[in-house]
Amino acid sequence: MAATAEQITDLPVLTEAHRESAPHPVNGYKRFEIGSFRFERDEYFARIQCPTVTHVMDVENFMRSMIRDVAWGFFYGWVNFDEVFGTVNNYDSVDVFMGAYNQAYKDSGTDFTERFEPGVLQACFKGLMLDWTNAGFNPFAAPLETGSGRGPKNGSNDEAVNFQRELADRFVSLPGDTPIRSDENGRPVNRQFADVDQSEPEVHAEAGFEGQLAAFNLFKYLSRSPVTWNPSIVSIVRSSAYCPTSEEHILPVDHGNDRVEWFIQMSDEITWRVADKDSAAPMSVVTMKAGDVACMPADIRHRGFSPKRSMLLVWENLTPGLEKRYASGELPPVPATF
Amino acid sequence: MSVTTVFGSIDKFEKGGVEITGNEEARDYLFSNMYEVAGNAQPWERIVIAKNLENTVEVIRAEGDSPWYICSHDETALLMQGSMEVRFIQPADSGLAPPEENEGSVKLTGEPEGEVMGHVKATRGHLVLLPAGAAYQFRAGELSVILLQTLLGDESIEKWAEICQH
Repeated sequence: MAATAEQITDLPVLTEAHRESAPHPVNGYKRFEIGSFRFERDEYFARIQCPTVTHVMDVENFMRSMIRDVAWGFFYGWVNFDEVFGTVNNYDSVDVFMGAYNQAYKDSGTDFTERFEPGVLQACFKGLMLDWTNAGFNPFAAPLETGSGRGPKNGSNDEAVNFQRELADRFVSLPGDTPIRSDENGRPVNRQFADVDQSEPEVHAEAGFEGQLAAFNLFKYLSRSPVTWNPSIVSIVRSSAYCPTSEEHILPVDHGNDRVEWFIQMSDEITWRVADKDSAAPMSVVTMKAGDVACMPADIRHRGFSPKRSMLLVWENLTPGLEKRYASGELPPVPATF
Repeated sequence: MSVTTVFGSIDKFEKGGVEITGNEEARDYLFSNMYEVAGNAQPWERIVIAKNLENTVEVIRAEGDSPWYICSHDETALLMQGSMEVRFIQPADSGLAPPEENEGSVKLTGEPEGEVMGHVKATRGHLVLLPAGAAYQFRAGELSVILLQTLLGDESIEKWAEICQH
């Protein structure tokens, strides 16, 4: 079922499970198909085909993008693997698109979108990642910390693909909530944060108030993140969620916002390349150094570049239905004016 | 190779910025630097540096003892510079806490009567829960910077034109 960008609100939701081929006789990888999309890989490239066009990506970049899409549950809004291919989270369904948010594809009529039930798409993408990820390659890791994802099939790395991000219900370290990170629970200090102070705050609760007071070292927590560009949640205040993350090298996707989000740079530096959400036209370059604060408006896409592992506080609003309020124009894309 | 993680402070920070390459304005990014904002603030002012509908992140220049506050919902305090102690009291007068529908902290007129809940000693990078309904006071023995995760309330100060890149 083909669709141009103008038809996107009217797509049927496909619920049929994906198909997997036998392993390729030469390179050993399976081919995956869901709806009208076909995904194949060889030693260097991922090849995505839909009825209107074929798209080719470097296979490591493709897998770094897809593992985030899988781990984030399709995230908020648009996950652009590059300027052509990606997904849109509608929350009760997910669009997979080719060129639907690229002006040249739209102008030529070669854009294509299909809509899927989230569970069947997640199963397809997860199965693909499990099959295509070789031993020694961790698509969550910075390039300097992992082996190559290229070459013929060579084992697997299910532990990396199955990594679960930590999502606090209220506040890290409270009884029953997510724990602090430590050597003991398998979270050693990352090589790029070897100088980060590891002391924990002193929490002195009087008798009867144990478990009501809480504090932890957020910088220590981030220094022990084993992954990059994969936010956790450490505190929730009503709909306000602190989603800190450690960043190194390049955010593998252009995240297209369906709501306002904020970045608070806690250490080091990230440069953001910002483009129009619909057309991919360049809009700005935002350089953030320690202490800098910037919003990402609801109508843009952004990709970050972090030369050294850095600490970024991503701040989100979890209010249900926000995406519809921004899409309808009820809420402006910028959260304050002056 | 040794690594150096770069943090900022009021006395030492570098500021990035927005470079426009399309048809928009730098002000759309509400770009500021928390250390610059705190450096120009009065002690214990709560200046909004990030806002998402009713939710805010506010920066506080912390010096000496703060007033006492109370809030109907959780808040958090992230220490970005210096050191502090946070003291907690469960007020004897349950009417001190604002109604649940109120948002943001309320400043109290002094130390409230009630049961001492305890205290937290924190340094840079430490995130402290300020639980709903508990009165709290910050004590900063040195110049410090706090980021408050809260909601827009009576104590929140918005001055975007002064703090943001135009």
